Amino acid sequence: MRVYLDNNATTPLAEEVKKEMADSAGIFGNASSMHKDGMLSRNLLEKARQKVSSGLGCSPDELIFTGCGTESDNIAIQGFLRGTDKKHIITSKIEHPAVLNVFKYLHNNGYEVTYLDVDEYGAVDPELLAGALRKDTALVSIMTANNEIGTIQPVKEISERIREYSKDIVFHTDAVQGFGKTDIDVKKMGVDMMSVSAHKINGPKGVGALFIRKGVKIKPVFIGGHHERGLRPGTENVQGIAGFGKAVEIAMAGMKEKNEKTGRLRDKLKEGIIRSIPNIKINGHPETVLPNTLNVSFRDVEGESIIMMLDMEGISVSTGSACTSGTLEASHVLLSIGLDHASAQGSVRFSLGVYNNEQEIGYVLEKLPGIISRLRDMSPLAKKSECK
Amino acid sequence: MEQYSEKVMEHFRNPKNVGEIPDADGVGRVGNPTCGDIMELYIKVDKGIIKDARFKTFGCGAAIASSSMVTELVKGKTLEEAEKISNKAVIEALDGLPPVKRHCSVLAEEALKKAIEDYKNRQKDV
Ligand SMILES: Cc1ncc(COP(=O)(O)O)c(C=O)c1O
Ligand code: FES
Repeated sequence: MRVYLDNNATTPLAEEVKKEMADSAGIFGNASSMHKDGMLSRNLLEKARQKVSSGLGCSPDELIFTGCGTESDNIAIQGFLRGTDKKHIITSKIEHPAVLNVFKYLHNNGYEVTYLDVDEYGAVDPELLAGALRKDTALVSIMTANNEIGTIQPVKEISERIREYSKDIVFHTDAVQGFGKTDIDVKKMGVDMMSVSAHKINGPKGVGALFIRKGVKIKPVFIGGHHERGLRPGTENVQGIAGFGKAVEIAMAGMKEKNEKTGRLRDKLKEGIIRSIPNIKINGHPETVLPNTLNVSFRDVEGESIIMMLDMEGISVSTGSACTSGTLEASHVLLSIGLDHASAQGSVRFSLGVYNNEQEIGYVLEKLPGIISRLRDMSPLAKKSECK
Repeated sequence: MEQYSEKVMEHFRNPKNVGEIPDADGVGRVGNPTCGDIMELYIKVDKGIIKDARFKTFGCGAAIASSSMVTELVKGKTLEEAEKISNKAVIEALDGLPPVKRHCSVLAEEALKKAIEDYKNRQKDV
């Protein structure tokens, strides 16, 4: 039996998406071409744009397709800054590397950066943000929901604080994890730019989108042709984009019910772990959290060994984000919410998806306690400490 | 995740010599400054020969496999021979480690050196 609980890393393609992509596989024309073949591709592209923009609550001409979430983040942040002289930018300490490393890069290249602290649950305090705003603040980027711990940020409140201070500061949010798992509406949330990615909602890899509110001016980061308003030049990945459109359509249908179901399974997993394993800590916000995410620190054991043992039992999970597990440092997110090094190293992220079921959660709960106790028997730390 | 060799997986799945030796003759405890992982190595020495070795490790898969391997390598060796066991020898015995995980085997080498040093210090005291 294989149980896949790493949906924040990526998700399996939905059957309907596979079908949509198979159906569009024969449509090969360049969407920019005037002839019939080009038009067929253009139609697919615009149909998908309609679907994705309706999922975000924006109009289709406010949406460009990109190569992935990372690309959307880069185009939004770097593209906007290319058109302004203001040199102060604000983000949080727990952003995904697709945002955080862009800020670090900018920091090294003449920008002044404020990295906002988060509370013990990983939430940004809108008042703290309000206090960081300045006359020369160009842009704020705060994620909608965190990929490692699932905490949902008060995006609307943050937007209100920014607007109270100035109408000119641009507010970007990375909603790659929030999209499909929490209510998304660019207008209600009050954001100027939003990044999303297809492969987190049972769509294909290598396709993303960026909402850019009408009136927000951004300059190209990639230089080339006129595709996607010149902001993402290059012949469009029509098949992937068609798959993205389909993925959004099915994610939006009955989203509330699906998330309730996922939330119930997540809670069952959480309660089961609390009941059967001592010395653990649940990371992330207890309530304002993605319904599919559960991040747990198992005291005195190291994350990678837990993952390897679960993998041997057929269970796929990860430590922190897949992108940072190539490094040796403890997760910047877990350190930012105040975990000590050992607890941060001993954390595991379970992220559920629409295809998980009760039986799978039961199976995980059957295997996990034995694995933790086996690793604790091996650990030099286990004899001394209590869970903090 | 990194690709580990079959040998590493074998030692991770069934690590040899896990535990403490309550009346050990030497104990080495080291931490890895890069990742914060920790290893403890216990040795039992008789007439200059390492009769038994055990470990406890808080660490990644490579650290656990290296711990298991180093205890296997030192058993039956004289102290002089054991002192010469480097992390390279551990890596070789494990059929290699991924580049980012090579430092994990250093933990094993250092724990062993410390345990031998501890043994020698205890001999001086008596
Ligand atoms: C919050 C967040 N932002 C951005 C990304 C990057 O998305 P993509 O893999 O499409 O580049 C991810 C995915 O790992 C993510 O979780
Ligand atoms: S990563 Fe810490 S010992 Fe391997």
